[in-house]
Amino acid sequence: MKIREIVLPGDLLGERKGRKLGAGVYEENDKVFSKFLGIPRVSENELSVIPLSGTYLPRFGDRVIGIVESVELSGWFLDINSPYPAFLPLSEGVEEFVDLQRVDLTRFYDIGDVIFCKLSRVTKDKTVQASMRDFESRKLRNGVLIKVTPTKIPRIIGKEGSMITLIKNKTKCEIVTGQNGLIWIRGERKDKAIEAILTVEKESHTIGLTEKIEKMLGE
Amino acid sequence: MIETYALELIQNGKRVDGREFTQFRDIEIKENVIETAEGSAYVRFGNTKVIVGVKIGTGAPFPDTPNEGILSVSAEFTPLASPEFEAGPPGEDAIELARIVDRGIRESKMIELEKLAITPGEKVWSVFVDIYIIDNQGNLLDAAALASVVALMNTRLPKLDVEGNIVKGEYDGKLPVVHKPITISVCKVGDKLFLDPTKEEELVIDAKLSIAVREDDKICAMQKQGNKGIEFDFIEKMVDVAIEKSKELRKLVK
Amino acid sequence: MKRTSKELIVGGIRTDKRLPEQAREIKMKVGNIFSANGSAEVRFGRTVALASVHGPRPLFPRHLQESQTGILRVRYNMAPFSVVDRKPPGPDRRSIELSKVIRLALEPALFLEDYPKATVDGFIEIIQADGSTRVTGINALSLALASAGIPMRDLVAACSIGKVDGTLVVDLNGEEDNNSEADIPFAMMPNKNLVTLLQMDGILTKEELMKLLDMAKKMCKKIYEMQREALLEKYKGEE
Repeated sequence: MKIREIVLPGDLLGERKGRKLGAGVYEENDKVFSKFLGIPRVSENELSVIPLSGTYLPRFGDRVIGIVESVELSGWFLDINSPYPAFLPLSEGVEEFVDLQRVDLTRFYDIGDVIFCKLSRVTKDKTVQASMRDFESRKLRNGVLIKVTPTKIPRIIGKEGSMITLIKNKTKCEIVTGQNGLIWIRGERKDKAIEAILTVEKESHTIGLTEKIEKMLGE
Repeated sequence: MIETYALELIQNGKRVDGREFTQFRDIEIKENVIETAEGSAYVRFGNTKVIVGVKIGTGAPFPDTPNEGILSVSAEFTPLASPEFEAGPPGEDAIELARIVDRGIRESKMIELEKLAITPGEKVWSVFVDIYIIDNQGNLLDAAALASVVALMNTRLPKLDVEGNIVKGEYDGKLPVVHKPITISVCKVGDKLFLDPTKEEELVIDAKLSIAVREDDKICAMQKQGNKGIEFDFIEKMVDVAIEKSKELRKLVK
Repeated sequence: MKRTSKELIVGGIRTDKRLPEQAREIKMKVGNIFSANGSAEVRFGRTVALASVHGPRPLFPRHLQESQTGILRVRYNMAPFSVVDRKPPGPDRRSIELSKVIRLALEPALFLEDYPKATVDGFIEIIQADGSTRVTGINALSLALASAGIPMRDLVAACSIGKVDGTLVVDLNGEEDNNSEADIPFAMMPNKNLVTLLQMDGILTKEELMKLLDMAKKMCKKIYEMQREALLEKYKGEE
């Protein structure tokens, strides 16, 4: 198994030379260092490190999968697999007019429901708001939910969605990936899909992974 | 906020109360302030006030030191001394402070513990040092360590009757004290070093190295505190400052 | 303070056949506790420390939360069976102080400001003790934090140094620790040259202290290289 280069916290990535600082790095006296055990990305324009492990930190615009953990008077708190819950206000979760005097909000989403949504606000102290006011957001029904290391999601999706499309096509499963490390899967061959996803997660730092998955699902 | 101001001043080489970086606040020492204790002291650094009482008892020695007396140091951060202090069992700061003071006394061999056996292997003197914080305006450790040394130096040993029981209110000689350890906490903000921080200054300290020094300039205890690191090459400077300053404070202890 | 009449260093050789500047056999393993976000086991001779990290996770009760930054909490604990005479379980004054100094030894290395209101919880269990337990625990917790994906400026490497039978030594074992003239637990961030733990008890001249600190720095560089290897080992596959 060939592996990609791995750096550790405190490893020097190079002089900054006016480049953009991406995620996972810090600067000291114009030198850029890694914050994480991870895979370095150093280009002419940017320096960053993709951590090999870690907890999900909410970012504005992320598409995440949340689980309803409490129903409030005017919305829902979602567990988004992070130290910070997201609040989904009624107006961001339901399109129709709701008379709060008469309608119980559990009619729309109840505790334990799984929701695909977008993070529409993240403040500096990590107060998070979610929204479902777009085409892709919806309640996810009847599937299974698996948890992977959030930093591995980009690898699971692959370049321009190549990896996840491969898994979807080969297993004929419906798959929704949340950037917060939760993945929802529905379909007859979900076992195969899960196996493939977990393999990508485990070996994300190796080279030649697409071929391996192709072979695995081709059998 | 006052601490932001304190930080700005320190970075510009000044302090909130106009002191030099290595200058302590005015120090007041009173001995024998508690009549019910065998030894005691009150120490004031500016508005920081500490009382130390020493109680003497008898007890069985520790199995690994059958011929030595027992030394025990505790500290109480009583709620009267600061809005941040809470009632209840000692917290980690009080425990840490007591243990640093304990190490300064014990490791300097200030008290000749081996002279405190009454019946070797069976009965020895126990020396209980209790540190009481009365008012916290910064640098509790140096004040508590100084008060403990002063209190131990004036501690009397109770008289024993023929059966070996303590005769209350009567004394027979003093605690055998042979060294004078002085604890100096050297505070660091960036590349600035200073001593005897006020409460505001303590809030902006990067790191602090508390060093106990004996009269022969030997170092007998150290503890790094604060939530930033200290540049390796800075440590020697901090040790030098502590050794130098300890001489001055020791003169206050007669 | 020396409590034994036994000579601990004879002809420049220590009771466990080491040279003064030689550490015991050091072993490190990352990722042995599945339930934790990060974990490690470090052995210095017979001293064995396990460390795990849970979090960052929400901090309750809410009044403990800091709106600008996350916090690190550390618990250092010795198992009742880790020493010759059973140690009663639960915290004592020593473990409370050690938990604090270990936290302060690791905090400078962390970007806790990335996790406002949250907590990172680090746990150290000494399951077998033969001296230098806190520094062994710091090495393990540093590995656990890195493997948990907590953002860090550098790793933290730690070792003990001291004076035994008049000789300056590194990595004191239990017997040496109990009978030393001086004993210094030390930790630093090797790439940053920053000292994050420095405690001492005993009697030393300034010159001896400075020499010991140089020895500690050298040893920490070696330990750091082992920590690197242990972390990379976890991600190395078969050829």
